[in-house]
This record gives sequence, structure tokens and C-alpha cells, in this order.
Amino acid sequence: MSELLQQVINGISLGSIYALIAIGYTMVYGVLRFINFAHGDVFMVGAFVGYYATPHIMPLVGGSLILAGPIVLLLAMIVCSILGVTIEKLAYKPLRFRPKLTILITAIGISLFLEFGGQLVFGPDPKSFPTLFLSTTLIDSQNLVLRTTPIVVIGTAIILMLLLRFIVMNTKLGTAMRAVSFNQQAASLMGININTVISFTFVLGSSLAAAGGILYGTLYPSINPLMGIFPGLKAFISAVLGGIGNIPGAALGGLIIGMTETFVTGYLSPTYRDAIAFGILILILLFKPSGILGRHEAEKV
Amino acid sequence: MLHVENLQVKYGAIAALKGISISIERGKIVTLLGTNGAGKTTTLRTISGLVKASGGCVRFEGKDITNHPCHEIVALGIAQSPEGRMIFSNLTVKENLEMGAYLRKDKMEIQKDMDFAFSIFPRLKERLKQPGGTLSGGEQQMLAISRALMTRPRLLMLDEPSLGIAPILVKTIFEKVVEINRELGMTILLVEQNAHLALQIAHFAYVIETGHLAIQGNAADIARNEDVRRAYLGET
Repeated sequence: MSELLQQVINGISLGSIYALIAIGYTMVYGVLRFINFAHGDVFMVGAFVGYYATPHIMPLVGGSLILAGPIVLLLAMIVCSILGVTIEKLAYKPLRFRPKLTILITAIGISLFLEFGGQLVFGPDPKSFPTLFLSTTLIDSQNLVLRTTPIVVIGTAIILMLLLRFIVMNTKLGTAMRAVSFNQQAASLMGININTVISFTFVLGSSLAAAGGILYGTLYPSINPLMGIFPGLKAFISAVLGGIGNIPGAALGGLIIGMTETFVTGYLSPTYRDAIAFGILILILLFKPSGILGRHEAEKV
Repeated sequence: MLHVENLQVKYGAIAALKGISISIERGKIVTLLGTNGAGKTTTLRTISGLVKASGGCVRFEGKDITNHPCHEIVALGIAQSPEGRMIFSNLTVKENLEMGAYLRKDKMEIQKDMDFAFSIFPRLKERLKQPGGTLSGGEQQMLAISRALMTRPRLLMLDEPSLGIAPILVKTIFEKVVEINRELGMTILLVEQNAHLALQIAHFAYVIETGHLAIQGNAADIARNEDVRRAYLGET
């Protein structure tokens, strides 16, 4: 029983990180109708911002973890927002009216650029992620070890997702985002500047990815420039599973993939850890391509 | 108020507009008639900035607005209720209206305009919390017109408000268009396939044929014009 509980906690922690990344994939898809494959690498950059910023922030706050964590988190979110918007302006915007395949291949190019540029700048060797949040052991019995880390991870993810929900559902810019994702021309006719909304989408998506990076580093404290590849792919699968373009769907998909992965690792074999996500992708594409919460959308003529 | 001079538009190699010139006087209802594919919608879309002109110019209140971005043209005071209504199905009726007021900050005036919309289309008020996609065709048309009004335009362009709507509602919508023109002194550019109805409410009319201006004149004269009667009013 307690082992199951342990797995559930691990699964939700990992799943909430996938959820944060998946939301970025799904929002960009919703507005621009393409998969931003560089998104997983923005997540990686987020972790590295945490790695490099922490030694500078710590002395400023007198080593207080209560302050350091949120400050570094915010910093990573800001840096990645700028990165995301820059990528969009430089790489994607000039291609907006080209075939979708062009922009998709460009996204893969940006992804490789960040991965190998990261190896050049940060160095290819793994680095140990600093302790940013309160990390003590609450329960330590034979089958169950409960530390504060997963609580911090899950809690932060929930707060950020609620905040996102508020922005998307209750603010003018969030409503404009939903309008643009439904019909760009009609949105322009309302006086909505599409470019502003697209930039805003990248700000939201990239900052959640950055938060994901910080939380991932906190959970698994070894980071390297290629760390974004697998979480990125799994978050993409989560977004497809939940229904691409659907924000709650992405969160749900992330949780399912995270849980499944943890359970497969725990009860079956760690060998299948990565295979299971792709297995799910194949199944969902075969049987319900619109995803769990996605609605079938007729191709517009 | 609006002067379109020698407007030309190309879709690839095909010329959709081959030099259209129209003028709209403040406070008037002007209708643009023509068959399918004549270039009516293209004319509206070029004025509102959705389509780029390849030649000619559009002047609004003395300012050259040719090929300005769509959102800037809205800010200058031109609103378009597009063909096919283009309601945001995923947004509630209220949110649709709020999107119309996207560029505005005057909360009191926004509420006043919303109340005006409810006064002419009371049905919208009943459906305020419903997603736009659940409305009937006629209700969506009411919403599309109201949403365009929420931008508080000085020129309102309506593209085929009768398209795909129950005949009984078409008449209501046309009555409301007249009401908007009278109550608000709104200048209206109306594109319609239903030439009969359009000529009844318009002051002035232009007839376009395959990208050219064919006939223009007072709506009453046009309605009596033999050629127009034969070609557009289904009389032999």
C-alpha cells in the first residue's frame, strides 16, 4: 500500500512537470497550428538559468530557501520568455504564411541549435542542480519516503496552472488568445493585434517550460544541455493525448504520461520507461487522434 | 467619408478587383450588389485590411489607409461584420461582445454600447453566458453585427447579413440595420445578394460585375433600372 502511495507521489510530481511543458506545446499549436519542437529545449535553458543564477541569488537573500526558490524560478521564467519570443520573432514569424512543414522543420532546427549551442556554452558534462527549495524528509519508513521536494514541485505546478487558467479565462489578453486560436481573421477585425497575442502565447508557454526546468532540476538534480529532448517529447505526447490545442487536456495528458511512466518503471521494468510514452502516442493516433478532451475539428476549407 | 479609388486586388495571377471606385457619404446606407464572385466581399476585405490591394487607394476621413494592418483600421473607426459571421464559437456571447470592445478602455461607454445592442437584439441578452457556437444562424448574425458595433465604428460594413438565415429573421435583421443607421447616425456599407431587400433600405447603390463597377446610382433609381431588375431582381 505504501509502495503504491510512493509511486503515486512520484508519478504526480513527474506528471505535473510534463503538464507544465505540455501546456506550452498546446498553446502554441492552438494559436499558430504547428508544433514548436524547440519547446523542450527552452525547458532545458530554464534549468540552466537556475543553475547559473542560484550562486548569485543565494548571498543576496542570505541563503534563505523560502526566498531563493521563488526568485530563481521567476528569473528563469523571465529569461525563457525572452528566449521564446525571440525564437518566434526571428525564426517563425518570417515563415508564417509559408507551408506548415517549413516552420516545423525550422522548429527542429532551432531545437538542435539550442541543444548543441547549449553544449558549447554550458559544456556537455552533466551539472549538479543546486538546492533551491526546502528539502527535508518528512516520513522515512521502510516502504515510503516522503520528502518536501515533490510537495514543492506539485504545489508550484498547481499554482502556476491556476494562474494560467485565470489569465486565459479572465483577462482581456487571455480571451483575445482564445479568439485568435479560433479565428485569426475575425480576431483582427476586433482590432486585436495578432502579433501581440502570438508573442504573449510564447511568453506564457516558455515561462511555464522554464518553471518545468527548475522543478525538474529540483526533482532530478543532474542537468545537461540534452536534458530537454525526452521530457520535451513526452510533454508533446501528453499534449496530443489530452487533445492538442486544449489546455486542460495538456495538463491531464501530462499527469497520465507521468503516472504511467512511473508505474511502468516501478512495477514492470525501467527498460520500458521511454517506450511506453511512444506506445501511448501510437495508440492515441490510431484510435482517438483528437485526444481525450479534444473535439474533432473539421478541416476548414 | 470613405473614398475608394481605382482599387485593384489580385489573388495570385487572377485579378479579383480590376479598379473599383466608390464613395460613401456620412450617415448613409450604401449597398454593394453583384453576383457571386463579382468582388463584393473582396472589396470589403480590402477596405478592412484583411486583403492587400495591388493598386489604387482607400481613403477614410481624408486619411490614406490602403494596406494598413487590419487592427489599425479598426482603431481608426471601420468595423466589418464578416461573411459567414465568424463568431468565436468557443467564447461566450458576452466574451464575443467584449472582444468587439478590445481596443477600448471606456468601461461606462462600453456598457452603454452593450445595452444598445441588447435593446435592438434582446435575444443576445438572454444568451449572454452561452458559447457563441450554440446560437442559431440568426442569433449569430445579431451577435456579429453587435460585436462589430462594440468597436464603436464610424463606418460599419456588413457582409451578407442575410446569408444562411431563416427568412423570417432576415426581415428583422434588415429592420435593425435601418434602426442602427437612424439611432446612431451610423454610416453603413452593406454587401448583399438579396438585392431586393438591400435596395429597399439603402440610399445609394453600386453594382459590380467581375471586378468592375457596372452601375451606380440612388437606390430608388437602381431599383427601377431595367438591367438591374433583369439581372439581380429575378424579373424578366
